Order: sequence, then C-alpha cells, then structure tokens
Amino acid sequence: MNIVVCLKQVPGTTEVKIDPKTNTLIRQGIKNIVNPFDTYALEEGVRLKERFTGKVTALSMGPPQAIEMLRDAISVGADDAILLSDVAFAGSDTWATAYTLGKAVEKIKTCDLVICGRQTIDGDTGQVGPELAEMLGVPFISYVSKVEEISSGVMCVHRMVEDGYETIEATLPAVITVVKEINTPRLPSLRGMTRAKSAQIPTWTAQDIGIEKEKAGLAGSATQVVKVFFPQRTHHAEMLKGDPETQVSALIEKLREAKLV
Amino acid sequence: MGIRVDTEKCTGCGTCQPACPFGLIDIIDEKARINVAGCNLCGACKDACVYEAIEIEQTVVQVPASDEYRGVWVFAEQRNGEIKGVAYELLSKGRELADTLKTELCAVCIGYNVKDVAQLNAHGADKVYVIDDPALASQTEDPYVAELTRLIREHKPEIVLAGATPFGRSFFPRVAAQLKTGLTADCTGLDIDTEKKLLRQTRPTFGGNIMATIICPLKRPQMATVRPRTFRRNAPDANHKGQIIKIDFNKSAVISKTRLLNFVADMSEKVKLDDADIIVSGGRGLGKPENFQLIRDLASALGAAVGSSRPPVDEGWISYPHQVGQTGKTVCPKLYFAIGISGAVQHLAGMQTADCIIAINDDPDAPIFQVATYGIVGDLFKIVPMLTESLKKG
Repeated sequence: MNIVVCLKQVPGTTEVKIDPKTNTLIRQGIKNIVNPFDTYALEEGVRLKERFTGKVTALSMGPPQAIEMLRDAISVGADDAILLSDVAFAGSDTWATAYTLGKAVEKIKTCDLVICGRQTIDGDTGQVGPELAEMLGVPFISYVSKVEEISSGVMCVHRMVEDGYETIEATLPAVITVVKEINTPRLPSLRGMTRAKSAQIPTWTAQDIGIEKEKAGLAGSATQVVKVFFPQRTHHAEMLKGDPETQVSALIEKLREAKLV
Repeated sequence: MGIRVDTEKCTGCGTCQPACPFGLIDIIDEKARINVAGCNLCGACKDACVYEAIEIEQTVVQVPASDEYRGVWVFAEQRNGEIKGVAYELLSKGRELADTLKTELCAVCIGYNVKDVAQLNAHGADKVYVIDDPALASQTEDPYVAELTRLIREHKPEIVLAGATPFGRSFFPRVAAQLKTGLTADCTGLDIDTEKKLLRQTRPTFGGNIMATIICPLKRPQMATVRPRTFRRNAPDANHKGQIIKIDFNKSAVISKTRLLNFVADMSEKVKLDDADIIVSGGRGLGKPENFQLIRDLASALGAAVGSSRPPVDEGWISYPHQVGQTGKTVCPKLYFAIGISGAVQHLAGMQTADCIIAINDDPDAPIFQVATYGIVGDLFKIVPMLTESLKKG
C-alpha cells in the first residue's frame, strides 16, 4: 500500500511573544517545527505500512527550508519525501494549497491513501484535507481515531464525533484526517537518522506537477487577506481586592448583577 | 506573482518593518528585504511605505464575480433531529447581512424528522429549504455535500454560512471545493463592505495572536464558517413570516463513497464544552490531580462544564476532551472561570471570546488578567471552596 502523508512546517507558536512596544511578533527564537497534528498523521502512515506493508511518502508544500522537516520525517520512518516549492505557490489559500497537493499526489500516481493532520496550528482552518479529497474525487473521512482494518481495497476506521465514535468504511484510494487520540508518535531511530542524512529529497516546482500559474498561489486563491491586525489586549481586569471573604462576596455580587448566576 | 521591493525607491527608512505582522522584514544595506517564505501578501507593508517602494504583483486578469448571485444562506445543522444553537446564531448575524445587502435570508436544513423547522423562520429566515428523508438520518457527509452543492448551484446565493462544528468543519470545505470557491474558517467577525458588496470575514490566526480580514472577491458564493457562540442569538419573533419549502432528496444523484457501519455512544467523556453556558477550568496552579475536585465542586454548584488548560492534561490529571485552547477546544461560554491558569497565548486562543471571564491566580502579573473581566489575586485553595459554598447557599 502506498501512503502519502501531508506535512506542514509551522512556526512553533509555543514560543511566540508579542513585543509590547511595537505590538508585533518577536521573531527571534521562534523555531519552525512540524505541525504537531501532522506528526500523528505521519506516525499512522508508518504504522499502517508496518501492519499492511507498503511505502510512506512525506509530502510538503513550503519554502526550501522545509526540507529539514522532511528529513526528520524520514528519520521516524517515512521511506521518501517530496518538497513542493516554488515562488508561484506564495500566498496560497486552502483551495490553492489543496489543488497543489492534489496535483502532486496525482503525479505520485500509485497512491492508495492520503493522511493529513486535522488542522495546522498556524492557520487553524482544517480545510485542506477535505478540499484535497474533493480535488482528487476520492472518499474522505475526518477525525479518524483508529484504523481497524484495511483489506481488499476497503478501509474500516473509527471516526470521532461529539458524542462517541462511528465505524465507517470507505474504498481506497481515500483521504483521511487524523486526531491526536490515534497514536503516540515515535522518536527517531538511529538507523532512521542515518538514512535521513543521506536521503535525496526532490523539490518539485509548479511546472513539475503541471500547474497552470493562474491556479497556484495567490492567483489561484479564491480568498485574499486584505487586512492583518493585532487583537487589542490592552484591557485589564477589574481587580476584586480585599481578604478572601470580601473578594468572594464582591464576585458573587458582580455575577448576580450580570445575571450570570 | 509575488511581492517585490523597488530598491530604487526604497530608502531603508524601516517604516515597513513594524507594519509586518509576521516580522518578515529586515533592513539590509539600507534596503528593505522581505523574507517571502512566511509572507501571505497581506499588503500591510505596502500600505505603510511612504515611498511606494513595495509592489505586489497581480498578473492575473480579474474577472469580477457574477451579480446574479443573490441572498444570504445559513446551513442549519441538526443532529438526531435537533437543530443546533449555532444555526440560530448564524441566522441572527445573517439577518443583519441580508438587510445591509437588501436581500433575502434563507436557511437550509437537511436531515430526518427535524423538529421545529419553523423556528428558523422565527429567527429571521425568509425561506427555509428542507430536505427531510429517512436516508439522511445518519450524518454521513456525502449526501450533505451533494445536496447542499446542488441547492447552491440551483439558487445561487451570494453568501453561505455554516457552523464551525466538527461536522461543519469537515463537510463544508468539501462543498466549497466542489463549487471552486473560497471558504474562510472560524470567523469571529462578519460584515459587508457596502461599496463593493463584499463579505468581510475576520478571523483569528497564528493561535489567536493575529487577526486577519479576508475577502472572496471573484468567486461565488462567499463561504464562511463561524464557531458556535461567536454571535449572539436574537430572540425568536413569531411574527416574522417566512416560507418552508420542502425539497425531495435526490437519492439517485448522491454517490455515497463512505458507509456508516455503526455508532458507539461514548458517555464516559461527556464533556460538552462546546455547548456549555458556564465553564470552570483549572490549570497548573492546582498542583496535583486530587485538587481538580475543587474545580469539579465549583462546576457542579454552577451547573457548569469542567475545562482545563494544557499542563494538567499533559500531566494526566484530567483527560484530553477537557482541554481548552489552541490544541484543544475553542469555547465561547457566557461565563468562564480560569483558576490557577496563568494564561499562555495557546489557552487564551481557546477562550478569550467568552462573554465574562473570571481569573483567580496568585500571580498578579499573570497574562490571564489581561483578558479577564474580573480578577482575583489570591490563594485559590481558600477562595474556590468559599465561592462554591456561597453559591450552594444561593
């Protein structure tokens, strides 16, 4: 079985700080990391390969430095990796991203299953997975928390819903997005790290995957960012002072006034 | 395509540097250099530059959107026949948008044995399209994608909104992809640019650190999802007259690519953070797992759901479905208690839109006080039990 796992390099926002003077992001010290949700997708790909045999390809669209992240993917079990990188891809919205990834998956040809994380931590949209499935015209299952079985070209999975889980069947090829509950990602092995070091990771451009320029990047995006601003956080809480008794009764009074309790 | 600094015009003054929300501009050799890798071409630097030295190339001929698209639509999600609260919230906002555009507001409800469909009219819908069929009893996405896509193609609304619920976030992007149009996720603000007749969609990004306003200028419909409890739900008006239009389920046109085999209810983790009016959350300040009982006691006195910041979940004090924040749930209750939570940006991203936030923490400089409505600096182990007791007494 040939599995493609989509990965995105994102800023490690756990370290994000805002400069109180200029009200902008402090860029120093922010490391790029693999989108945490994608690590579960990659681990699941590797586990499925181990269960059912096959091959895992890590796929990412991003700037040239994303190649390091793809090397890390190989160190935890991906067989190979492909980077989609081209200035023409700049400014892609989710539609253009899904279109670009879809073209790459089509070029890979023998793909049976595409696995994505449920969302990224920078854009937070969760839209690329379902849009990619539609681009490819294949079945889609979101929030997968367990892959029960894959046999004779049919996969059976658990899908997390608000009040439990559903067991769903789909024929392959298919696209799934996975949730955190599905597994615990492994650490790189020594052998994996050695392999990653020497791995040849090709970079595909828009031309390589046959993308018309008007469908890539900003030109291919239906949505456009017209304004970016910082949420106002100059506000300070009304502090309730005094000893604990006074604080508690002041709070209860406030809540009653606002009819919140 | 892309962004370019005209080095002839650029004086290296540095005005553009702080304008870039992503901090991607360096001044090297007295010229601005933009690190294009992280750039989304938002144009903030271009607006800031007084020398007009920054150019954003737009090589594509822009075909304006067709104006035959009229009307504002709301996808009224239901589960097990019950219409979700977010549908009414969207209708309240949708009414505003439709009135501004001087057009009609419609709801689309797909399911089986859906109750209270007329309530959608009372909440502002001029028309309610209903597809009610036993085959739609389970929320298998494929028929929803096919039927909503079909209705949109037929009736051509200019705006379509859906709740950013787990179901909405999964099936709505597929509809957008079918229609080859744009979709903006998790909007916290929607308004109309009356001059251009465009929907301005504002959403948090970068873990809530940055807000972005997004438009969909050339494709129709303009589609957006909105998280539950982002917009206020107006009181129903029984006098608001509207039509209910029943449409047959076009079974033959739907090719279901997935099959639901069974559903297993999991009541053990019935956390229900999404729908809660009140949430009481505990954080690292609780010190040890047993102390979460303080949070549970207060929650039960208030009839509230129990939430958590990330550290207690990582420590195994409480399970993941309780986690509020960037990698957990986003909530928007009327009342939120943050107890022993310092307020890392990731946590704030998940709760800062709550109507009223109470922060209880022993550190007066904790960032949580910057988003809180009321703050109490003190020992949570004294204050919380006292608060619980007083509330119980009524």
